[in-house]
Amino acid sequence: MNIEYQNIFTRTQVRSAHPHTVPMEENTVFDRSSGSFHLYLAGKIGNARIGPIFLGWFGIASILCGVIAFEIIGLNMWASVNWDPVQFLRLWPWLALEPPSPAYGLHTPPLREGGWWLIDGAFLTAAIFLWWIRTYRIAKQLGLGLHVCWAFGAAIWLYMVLGFFRPILMGAWGEAPPFGFFPHLDWTAALSLRYGNLFYNPFHMLSIAFLYGSALLFAMHGATILAVGRYGGEREIEQITDRGTASERAALFWRWTMGFNGTMESVHRWAWWFAILCPLTGGIGILLTGTAVDNWYLWAVKHHVAPAYPIMPVVDPATLPGAPTN
Amino acid sequence: MDKTYYSRFTRQALLLIASIALLAGCELPPNKTAQWGFRGTGMVDVEHPATMQANFAANQVPEGIPAADPSGPRASQVYKNVQVLGDLSAGQFTRVMLSISNWVAPQQGCAYCHNLANFADDSLYTKVVARKMLQMTRHINSDWKTHVQGTGVTCYTCHRGNPVPAYVWFKDEGPRTAMGYLGNRMGVGSPKPSMGNSSLPFDPFTNYLDNKENIRMAATTALPTGEDRQSIKQTEWTYALMMHFSKSLGVNCTFCHNTRAFADWKQSTPERSVAWYGIRMVRDLNNDYMKPLTEVFPAHRLGPTGDVAKTYCATCHQGVYKPLYGVSMARDYPELQGPSPSVVVAPAAKDSSEESSPKKNKKSRSNASAKLEAEIGSAAKTAAN
Repeated sequence: MNIEYQNIFTRTQVRSAHPHTVPMEENTVFDRSSGSFHLYLAGKIGNARIGPIFLGWFGIASILCGVIAFEIIGLNMWASVNWDPVQFLRLWPWLALEPPSPAYGLHTPPLREGGWWLIDGAFLTAAIFLWWIRTYRIAKQLGLGLHVCWAFGAAIWLYMVLGFFRPILMGAWGEAPPFGFFPHLDWTAALSLRYGNLFYNPFHMLSIAFLYGSALLFAMHGATILAVGRYGGEREIEQITDRGTASERAALFWRWTMGFNGTMESVHRWAWWFAILCPLTGGIGILLTGTAVDNWYLWAVKHHVAPAYPIMPVVDPATLPGAPTN
Repeated sequence: MDKTYYSRFTRQALLLIASIALLAGCELPPNKTAQWGFRGTGMVDVEHPATMQANFAANQVPEGIPAADPSGPRASQVYKNVQVLGDLSAGQFTRVMLSISNWVAPQQGCAYCHNLANFADDSLYTKVVARKMLQMTRHINSDWKTHVQGTGVTCYTCHRGNPVPAYVWFKDEGPRTAMGYLGNRMGVGSPKPSMGNSSLPFDPFTNYLDNKENIRMAATTALPTGEDRQSIKQTEWTYALMMHFSKSLGVNCTFCHNTRAFADWKQSTPERSVAWYGIRMVRDLNNDYMKPLTEVFPAHRLGPTGDVAKTYCATCHQGVYKPLYGVSMARDYPELQGPSPSVVVAPAAKDSSEESSPKKNKKSRSNASAKLEAEIGSAAKTAAN
């Protein structure tokens, strides 16, 4: 006996010539009568029906800008290994499109000295903002709230702080991260080393709390809904006020476990705010780094955040008389 | 039923293979850890017994030649054209020459540097280089006690039986790029074992160990004053140099630093100041001893840009925090100590009698680790004898 059929929350794939919806007016935002197909593997992780998708001018422009940005990065990386396809495949995680040297400040450098990085940033930013407009317009057309737009906006805020606002405040594009797999991670470590340990940045602390919190909430909520799937837990709203339902059992699980339960509505508010606040606070922390605070560890000492440990019997040799000067 | 069982089995097998693949780069447990700083700071030395044993086997000192009689006529009186070791007795001189042959050119022998028809002849470039290297060895042992302390160095510290030490560096302009408007590597994206195969800048050595660029990157004040102008990019160059330290010495960051405040000397270990002098020593050797030899070397011994081979941490350390696990070969070779030891400032009190006992200065450690080290320590003493 297969466990699949004990669960109302079934993954059985139903196929028909027409979408399983009631007929509706064509050429509205609800019309999805053509331009779609079935994909069995997609049905394993979501709805087996792929498409239709609405792109429109904003979508097409966004994808175009995104492809240009992707190509600028890729072609620069490929050129950096002298167009050798084997080296390109072997080394791509190490390769980068680096921002200009800090010596250029906010001036425009030659193409090979970081000019491509600036152009690439412009196209990538355009692609992201055009895609954000899509989330706004489609939400409006469907009569939805703007929660997804604001959430995406929070991520865009962090992106803009890293690559645009902070470099401008610091007076150099060279302060921005490079495009590249390992290189952008190295940049992250170097940022922390240069500015005295980002872990002492309270906004970084908040951001981490919201990041881990988001993961925890997602796990709790996902687990709860899957656990009550056999009672139709995914059909939340119609069950909320009933007795013995999936909804009541889910609530009782957490009430007996920790004496408090979110509701079918509030748990999504919790998750949404945690997710939003992660990049929002993170962005504030990055924006203050180097602009308002130069060394977060020393800042934490000044404000009695960092504990003191016994002092080691070591002095800076450069300060000793007769120290080598080379 | 069979189909279900089969798919479940396949899924589990795939999961198992995937998890093994993910762990492929890891060392098999158990690792040994030893506390290396104040409790709670995460300052821990991590050693893997197998790696430690392999390193230990690869870093044995060779059997020495018994000491020679220091009395009798001087080498400069007995032999012609003895420019550096003329103050030794003829017996001491011969012993040093034989030892050099064993340490540097065991396959090639005397003929690697000498014209066998006339040993005084300077026509082979290797002889001119060897003379400079003898001066350098004496200079290190007498003037850089801040770094080599009582242990000192001999030719073997770097050469290990190779005419060219296994670990030297040349200026690296990176692999060839398309050289047009596209594809400037900007110094990164060419992983090398010397800096941990990272995507950090691949030649931090020219800036820091040949030139004397500023290595210190962290801000010195909590709030910006306009004084600290170092950039994140510059920090990546320092980071690359530090990765070289780590790889060369087989240690992690906390060997020298409390990683919550890398820059703070008051939270650093005494090893950090030894390393500080090491940087100055290497700069000194590269500029005053290696670079003047550029014209002496034939072209095939020079780097891609025509520069001479230079030293860095790995040249002596070769993966071990103390070269040859701190066994002092130089103690048995007063001939290499140099004629004029000068007084130098020592930063932190360090016991110079510890050189034959690896890791004796470790402040505390687990019992298992201590036992392993004791075994290695006694083996090291046996080898030294």
